[in-house]
Amino acid sequence: MSPPREIDRRRFMLRGLGLAAIAPLLAGCDRLSQTRWLSRLLGAGERVTHRVQRTLTLRGALAREFPESARSAVFPPNGTSEPTAPAYQTLAANGFADWRLEVHGLVERPARFSLADLRRLPARTQITRHDCVEGWSAIGKWTGVRLGTLLDAVRVRPAARFAVVRCADVMEASGQPYYESIDLVDAYHEQTILAYEMNDRVLPVAHGAPLRLRVERQLGYKMAKYVMGIELVERFEDIEGGRGGYWEDRGYEWYAGI
Amino acid sequence: MPAPHTWIYRHRLPTRVCHWVTALCLLILVPSGFQIFNAHPALYWGERSDRERPLLALKAVPTDDDELRGITEILGYTIDTTGVLGASSEEGERVARGFPTWATLPSSQWLAMGRQWHLFFAWVLVLNGLIFGLWAVWSRHVIRDLIPAGRDLAGLGASLRDHLRFRFPTGERRYNVFQQMAYVSVVGILGPLIVLTGLAMSPWMDAAVPILPAVFAGRQSARTVHFLATFAFLGFTVMHLFMIAATGVLSNVRSIVTGWSRVLDEGETDEPTQRD
Repeated sequence: MSPPREIDRRRFMLRGLGLAAIAPLLAGCDRLSQTRWLSRLLGAGERVTHRVQRTLTLRGALAREFPESARSAVFPPNGTSEPTAPAYQTLAANGFADWRLEVHGLVERPARFSLADLRRLPARTQITRHDCVEGWSAIGKWTGVRLGTLLDAVRVRPAARFAVVRCADVMEASGQPYYESIDLVDAYHEQTILAYEMNDRVLPVAHGAPLRLRVERQLGYKMAKYVMGIELVERFEDIEGGRGGYWEDRGYEWYAGI
Repeated sequence: MPAPHTWIYRHRLPTRVCHWVTALCLLILVPSGFQIFNAHPALYWGERSDRERPLLALKAVPTDDDELRGITEILGYTIDTTGVLGASSEEGERVARGFPTWATLPSSQWLAMGRQWHLFFAWVLVLNGLIFGLWAVWSRHVIRDLIPAGRDLAGLGASLRDHLRFRFPTGERRYNVFQQMAYVSVVGILGPLIVLTGLAMSPWMDAAVPILPAVFAGRQSARTVHFLATFAFLGFTVMHLFMIAATGVLSNVRSIVTGWSRVLDEGETDEPTQRD
């Protein structure tokens, strides 16, 4: 007994409907992407990832360090590769002799460090993998001073919760300055350094001269270049866009561990 | 006159719910994954991305008359894929983009939003998979229905012959051996693989569990395997939909929605034209 034609037609229509439903569904998701509430809902994913990854991990767990032979032949710079701000250009023209790193905010003894000051402090060298949010990875060698060493020197007050990194580069697309923030767990991490050397040479301008942050367990955009100052704060809601970083203000996750 | 039939309860509630949650997850995760991939549309092997040696790269190359040609470079071979891969139109203009707008979520280039969709629904997929996995083991669904038993394997030859002749069993009470193998490999291998390769791309996880990227030969290989696993999922989905179409959309949809399925009584089950 063969099935009646009626059922055949119904079946065919259902099949068509099933596939045709996908396009409007994705178009709907497209429109939802523009709403604030959806972005806030999906943001729950970031909070869960942050909570779970941090809970399951030893605070001091180190990012893998590689042998010299693993280094990338070419380490492509990303973001700003030549800051245009006149103040920065003046500093660069002088080999950053007049540049000072200002460490301030919720600290007992605010301080300003010259490059020579930083080089006199104990140095750490690490060959690590740099993971860009875009998906690529490059391996490079970084030498600098541990951020923890500087924080100990200025004596962080108990109220401080985040280290906000201020940068010299103004992003071309928006005219806004680059900045970033990390919590104190990351700030005191063994591998969190302010690097002044890359691959055994003075840090090139394209990679953030004179000083760039390395936060080895997070994505590249956390590793601010052209560092001018570090401010210890209790909260970052009142800084720039209020989400803790230049890209964070543009929808990227503050927790860039994945 | 309808043939003599019996109603059987084919899919229990956890199976049905987890099935549809998985379907929704794939519908979001695949296009949002392509959105993320488009930020750097190339794949590599190992820890690093050495840009002169990609396994796969979707590129846009300008032509003499100021147009863009889409080029897919795969293992050293190049294919012109203009309009689909490498270069395709966005708002009426041809632009450089790995996958075309109809395959990505959001449709236009928007990495931050693609990541939000992807990383949220990745959690939904993981929780859904854990719930299904635990339930399926606890309820003996795995042992009883999914892992091929001796009698299933004994029917392998006959089942293969039937499949090759497009004679698909429609009224069986038990999954046939090819269904068992397909479902077990998706739930037991592909699912965990796509989650682990996803986690291996996380710099934080790599610090916490160094063996994770190591088993995939590095972060960039993990990304490549993640990509291949996506296409394995897509391949499974295409086969799955084809088999549903071939064995009766109505009865299949009915049983995965309500759980109930109508089977013909013994003696008539192997006649494939008689169904519904």
